[in-house]
Amino acid sequence: MADLLLDVRGLSVEYATARGRVLAVDDVSLALEPGEFLGIVGESGCGKSTLLFAIARLLGPTAAITAGQVYFKGQDLAQLADRQLAGLRWRDLSVVMQSAMNALNPVTTIGAQFRDALRAHGVRDGKEIASRSREVLGRVGIDPVHLRSYAHQLSGGMRQRAMIAMALLFNPDLVIMDEPTSALDVVAQRSLMAQIKGLQQEYGFAVVFVTHDMSLVSHYSDRLMVMYGGQIAEEGPTRTVFDTPRHPYSIGLLEAFPSIRGPRVRLTGIPGSPPDLADPPPGCRFAPRCPSVMAVCTQRPIELYDVPGAQVRCLLHAPGGVADD
Amino acid sequence: MKFVLRRLGFFLLTLWAALTINFAIPRLLPGSPITSLMARYHGRLQGAPLKAVEAELGVDNHDSLLTQYLTYLKNCARFDFGKSVQYFPESVSHQVGSALPWTLGLVGVTTVLAFVLGTGIGAVSAWRRGGRLDAVLPPVFVVATGLPYFWVAMMLILVFAVAHPWLPTAFGSDEGLTAGFNADFISSVLQHAILPSVTILISSIGVWVLIMRNSMVTTLAEDYVRMARAKGLPGRRIMWDYAARNAMLPSLTGFAICIGGVVSGAVLVEYVFAYPGVGYMLVQAVENEDFPMMQALFLLITVAVLLAVLLADIATAVLDPHTRTAR
Amino acid sequence: MTATLDAAVPLTGRRIPGSSVARAMAGNRKALAGLLILVFFVVLAAVPDWIAPGDPAASRYGRSLGASAHHLFGTTGFGQDVAAQVVHGTRPILLIAVLSGVFATLLSVLIGVSAAYLGGLWDDLLSLFTDVILVIPVLPLVVVIAGYFAHRSLTVMIAALVVTGWSYGARQLRAQALSLRGRDFLEAARVRGERRSYIIVVELLPNMTSLIIANFMNVALYSVLTASGLEFIGLGDTSSVDWGTMLYWAQNQAALQTDQYLWAAVPGLCIALLSTSFALLNNAFDEISNPALRPVRRLRG
Repeated sequence: MADLLLDVRGLSVEYATARGRVLAVDDVSLALEPGEFLGIVGESGCGKSTLLFAIARLLGPTAAITAGQVYFKGQDLAQLADRQLAGLRWRDLSVVMQSAMNALNPVTTIGAQFRDALRAHGVRDGKEIASRSREVLGRVGIDPVHLRSYAHQLSGGMRQRAMIAMALLFNPDLVIMDEPTSALDVVAQRSLMAQIKGLQQEYGFAVVFVTHDMSLVSHYSDRLMVMYGGQIAEEGPTRTVFDTPRHPYSIGLLEAFPSIRGPRVRLTGIPGSPPDLADPPPGCRFAPRCPSVMAVCTQRPIELYDVPGAQVRCLLHAPGGVADD
Repeated sequence: MKFVLRRLGFFLLTLWAALTINFAIPRLLPGSPITSLMARYHGRLQGAPLKAVEAELGVDNHDSLLTQYLTYLKNCARFDFGKSVQYFPESVSHQVGSALPWTLGLVGVTTVLAFVLGTGIGAVSAWRRGGRLDAVLPPVFVVATGLPYFWVAMMLILVFAVAHPWLPTAFGSDEGLTAGFNADFISSVLQHAILPSVTILISSIGVWVLIMRNSMVTTLAEDYVRMARAKGLPGRRIMWDYAARNAMLPSLTGFAICIGGVVSGAVLVEYVFAYPGVGYMLVQAVENEDFPMMQALFLLITVAVLLAVLLADIATAVLDPHTRTAR
Repeated sequence: MTATLDAAVPLTGRRIPGSSVARAMAGNRKALAGLLILVFFVVLAAVPDWIAPGDPAASRYGRSLGASAHHLFGTTGFGQDVAAQVVHGTRPILLIAVLSGVFATLLSVLIGVSAAYLGGLWDDLLSLFTDVILVIPVLPLVVVIAGYFAHRSLTVMIAALVVTGWSYGARQLRAQALSLRGRDFLEAARVRGERRSYIIVVELLPNMTSLIIANFMNVALYSVLTASGLEFIGLGDTSSVDWGTMLYWAQNQAALQTDQYLWAAVPGLCIALLSTSFALLNNAFDEISNPALRPVRRLRG
């Protein structure tokens, strides 16, 4: 096996809230090889964004990594101080956020923000800054004249692409993306995704892509991870998870998206709402909403079980069948 | 540009409102203040001063109210506010003109200083949120916003001039010195300005700190700040270029709202220190019922505040490209 | 001071104003400190004759005496007991603060919420009106108004404070009402067919409680400082017994320069304490209405 680019082991993240500590990410492990495209799917509040920010070490002051390691190119990011992280930030690991309108500084030009990143990492020559900035904008098809524009002067799609261009300034090994298409309309979403995939194949960076739209990401990802209630529900190669979902939640997610080509089926949502992570249910977190729930599901925490080609956190797939305690 | 024009329009509108209020109050308030004012004057004034005030107040003026109003506006435009009752036959404009530089120097400079310092402290405090600085400073400044300007002035006098006679407590400069650009006079002026200046600083800085801090707190939660961290930018750069530059905008709005209060407080400070500025003059005018002076000073102070607000608006336009390039 | 209420308003919209507010206050140290000071002064205002019997304005004692067992803070230059004057002076200032606060807040709610709810041209006009009043500096205006009246009364003072003090609150409440306007529970009420006035009073206002209270505190703070300031320069009733007037006479008699420190220091300290209590409470309710401003719990480890 080639050296893993990103090796997250048993990561847990907690928030401090007025009601006590909340476990937003519970013992998540994932492995990413260089150039791999991982999609993370889940509802709002399932912890996927928190997971991303934890990996990138961008959590706010109210949250912290309470367990686990984040090995990136051999170093455990969770142990590094800000000063040590600064070196690899953006050079090796960059971030693309959901709304470029919010992620770009409203009072400085696009070009100035590119310049900030470049200068922070030792590129000080004006000409080199200009040529690099123009080059990355060219990759995403934006006219370099927009280096002098402000964020609000660009269209939504252009802003997102500008953000992606900025993320590629140093040809990082890993680009983390937090729902970058959610703020766009459907057509723009597809076009952006295709562009991202194209860039990825051309420049060879790995991608961790978080979204709530399973069908969108499944066209482009190599691996797919379904999160629920702060935990991994199911994980495996995209084709495996998408074609043969095993976790009742994954199944529910897929059935919630109508297929444009398939036969007309009754559209089913998943009844109920996500668990309150301040006070999670004792057993399986999906149990209250699960159509296949069994009595034993609520009795003890469920582990990730191996199934052919994937992993599932569901007693239906526990090896050796389910035994009542 | 549209933004600046709009703010200019607001400036003119408020100016007009202030002028009209000034005109309307004595003439339209219940209890006919003019009559009572004239009654009080009759006991004290005769001859030319009395006639001047009568003319100013529009007593026995048989022109319609509208005509009087228009004449009043015309006079204001020419800075003609009549003759002062206290200093008859000096004109009000002349008297006010001599007091204005003192106030501009003291209040103008100190306010700018307090705003700049307060905003800086607010930004740093929010940046280090949750740390020791932020635990101590905001409550201290909340308390500071409750301190009355005149009391702070008196306490400072007590400590620095009476208990320990280090600094002068009254007037703008030592008596007997010739005014002008000579070292003695200037150093005396500066000496006399220290306590009033510190008073205004202490009493007003709290508001700026809290406004900026609150604005910063909101700004720091924005995605672009997180993005700046993700880019590995040095902390100080993030704090100033990404957070503070954006947090400044509501802060400038806050400046516009609070500057009236600061000027009001400055009036009291001048009074306590008998500092020869327009604030002190205003109080004296009231005490001596120098009506033309009162009117003129109210207008002057209001105009000064409005100008400050306009400056803040222009600063906003400079800092915020949204307002410059609004579609 | 932004006015967002996102985290504090539950989805159903119906709140019992007071319960969660009381809980939030109990956990806020600044609120408790402010409340304590305020209660202290309310007690003084409620039963002054109990605490300091007799007429505080009567010159019964020796002049300019220092602090002693008989006179906690000494006597004034006219032979009055400073402590007694301070105690009796509490009620007028508290009355001014509360009355101005109530009326100005009522005006703020009326104008601010109307502007937000009516929208369009009405909103533009009301907002413009609010902004104009807001910018005009208060003390000079009140000085000029008070200056025209030879007979200085409490009513004039309160009226002047209310007329000048409502504008800031109107701005803030308008902002919050605007942000709440799009909420589902208001839509639901509209769809149910409720009258607009019902929606505003029963559904909207209870959700703005903490900001309304914060504004009341703000006006109270402003009233205490402005009223005292006016009394200090002699525009109040100079024969009455209140803190600002005490300072007026103290200044008049050059108390600081003649060793009568307490005469000036004590009433001024009371003004500072009372206004500080309002400032603390204002800050506390600001934090309650905007959870983003609350102290951050740092997670260590």
